Amino acid sequence: MALLEVDNLQTHFRTPGGINRAVDGVSFHVNEGETLAIVGESGCGKSVTSMSLMRLIPEPPGKIAGAVRFLGRDLLQLSEHEMRAIRGNDISMIFQEPMTSLNPVLTVGRQIRETLMIHQGLDKQAAEARAIEILILVGIPEPKRRVREYPHQLSGGMRQRVMIAIALACNPKLLIADEPTTALDVTIQAQILKLMLDLKRRVGAAIILITHDLGVVAEIAERVMVMYAGRKVEEAPVADLFRSPRHPYTQGLLGAVPRLGSSLTGTARRLAEIPGQVPDLRKPITGCVFAGRCSLATDLCRQYAPGLEEKGPRHVAACHYAIKGAAAA
Amino acid sequence: MRPPLLQVNDLKKHFPVKTGLFGRRSEWVYAVDGVSFEIARGETLSLVGESGCGKSTVGRAILRLFDITSGQVILDGQRIDDAAPSTMRQMRRRVQVVFQDPFSSLNPRMRVRDILAEPIRNFGLAKSAADLEMRVTDLMDIVRLPREALSRRPHEFSGGQRQRIGIARALAAEPELIVCDEAVSALDVSVKAQIVNLLQDLQNKFGLALLFISHDLAIVEHMTHRVAVMYLGKIVEVAPRREIFAAPRHPYTKALLSAVPVPEPGAERNPIILGGDVPSPINPPSGCRFHTRCPYVFDRCRTEEPQLRSSGSEQWVACHLDALPQG
Repeated sequence: MALLEVDNLQTHFRTPGGINRAVDGVSFHVNEGETLAIVGESGCGKSVTSMSLMRLIPEPPGKIAGAVRFLGRDLLQLSEHEMRAIRGNDISMIFQEPMTSLNPVLTVGRQIRETLMIHQGLDKQAAEARAIEILILVGIPEPKRRVREYPHQLSGGMRQRVMIAIALACNPKLLIADEPTTALDVTIQAQILKLMLDLKRRVGAAIILITHDLGVVAEIAERVMVMYAGRKVEEAPVADLFRSPRHPYTQGLLGAVPRLGSSLTGTARRLAEIPGQVPDLRKPITGCVFAGRCSLATDLCRQYAPGLEEKGPRHVAACHYAIKGAAAA
Repeated sequence: MRPPLLQVNDLKKHFPVKTGLFGRRSEWVYAVDGVSFEIARGETLSLVGESGCGKSTVGRAILRLFDITSGQVILDGQRIDDAAPSTMRQMRRRVQVVFQDPFSSLNPRMRVRDILAEPIRNFGLAKSAADLEMRVTDLMDIVRLPREALSRRPHEFSGGQRQRIGIARALAAEPELIVCDEAVSALDVSVKAQIVNLLQDLQNKFGLALLFISHDLAIVEHMTHRVAVMYLGKIVEVAPRREIFAAPRHPYTKALLSAVPVPEPGAERNPIILGGDVPSPINPPSGCRFHTRCPYVFDRCRTEEPQLRSSGSEQWVACHLDALPQG
């Protein structure tokens, strides 16, 4: 059984301009100890998906439908009280902005202790000792001094380490990391990515990594799901996706990023553009969500939305024209 | 011989900060602390480095958005760092800017037509009302926006389209140099590619020089002719693109390049992971500013500051190790 099974997740928001279908029928699963990356551009619904899993979407104006089965229990059916026992315990989350996701008026130590005392019933001394252990684990120097400091006394990279420490405090089975390194400089990003890989090996948590950075995906994901306009358009093992992307949108995304070193190998070329823009999600979309920007689009695409079809081993894509078989480019 | 388009000599910019209880103690942030470089006509020079390295401050000093602490900024042989307001006005036309955030750098109350017409009027570039109108519509064609959009306001556009408006506004003044301060950093991957391609086309078409300030090394490699790497207010290495990306010499450049994740699963990589964080520019480390994080640090680095040197090529490096015989 998969650790997490998401079935036809729909998260809609009521707005003055109509109903925004931020996530519109997304299904996927995560196995134990696996790293799944969800990639896509702003507004594709990747963050809303992760917030929906944790039921962090205010209802109303939001509305979540479908099923999110975690170890067989549908999280969407739980009471708020039962949900609180899961958040930060079995499933925890790291956000993009470490400054706004830590409480500025509480010490770092207190914020780590809080999780341990609520979920694991430790007393203050035991929680303090455990907090220091975790800070050592995430590579913070002088942890005994740091537990008494406030978030503003730490640098961006350190704050993100503290966030990871809080997330890992209760040995979660699933860690959701929403753009965990986007706000960080590249040398600090390298530190944090290495830390996440090390910890995954040691703690064995499954990770859902939400990002727009294809470099980060290639570095740490095992499986990748590509989202566009609130739908899943492609999913494949990471090597397969980068080697032979099937959906025109995925192909466009991969062609639009320059590769470091391309000027040396003579592979430098003009960047591929995806013309046009993301459709307005407040208007119902008939046909394929990508049809308006796709060079392959025909009347078929504009009238009938393609379903997710198997295009290779463990490789699905939602496109009428995507090529099947392993040899496709 | 014509002087280079832009020369920056030993530029310093220190900002005062108040610290201590009730801000009684005054200290200095050494944001830019002795930076020199040149930009030729039609050339792209990229300034790269991490947050707080001073790369944006250099850009703003060139635009003269503030007065510098010391040093010289010379545009086409004429000093602009101390130019009087009347001369500065004409010089400003020649250096324009595109900012990072297309949401806060356009006036929300102005129509696109007025945003583009303002620099043309300011610098008296249009001969008549008809000429002004023609220039404005031309600009829309150049940045590939529909002409009908001229009567709309910024909020009606997406981030990528706003950045096109920002670029059109910079072009309206017919500049020779455009400072692009993280101009594509806030954009999504597919839109970023559109804007990068547009900037390259414009450079070829108008022979523009670009000062491309960015932390995205892959985009920099794609765009640039030369690269200057900054760390804590200093340039640690400056070289043509090929040298920087094929054979970086400064340990910081090496670490920076190796830290960039490559979009190729299973690619063979040995990232040099630097320990610690960038020190504060209020109290920069003695000697070489990178010595607190450098994997090859030795005694001399802690006391003596390395100067930018080249071994005859166009690659300049500020590292004691580099001055030693290779072996």
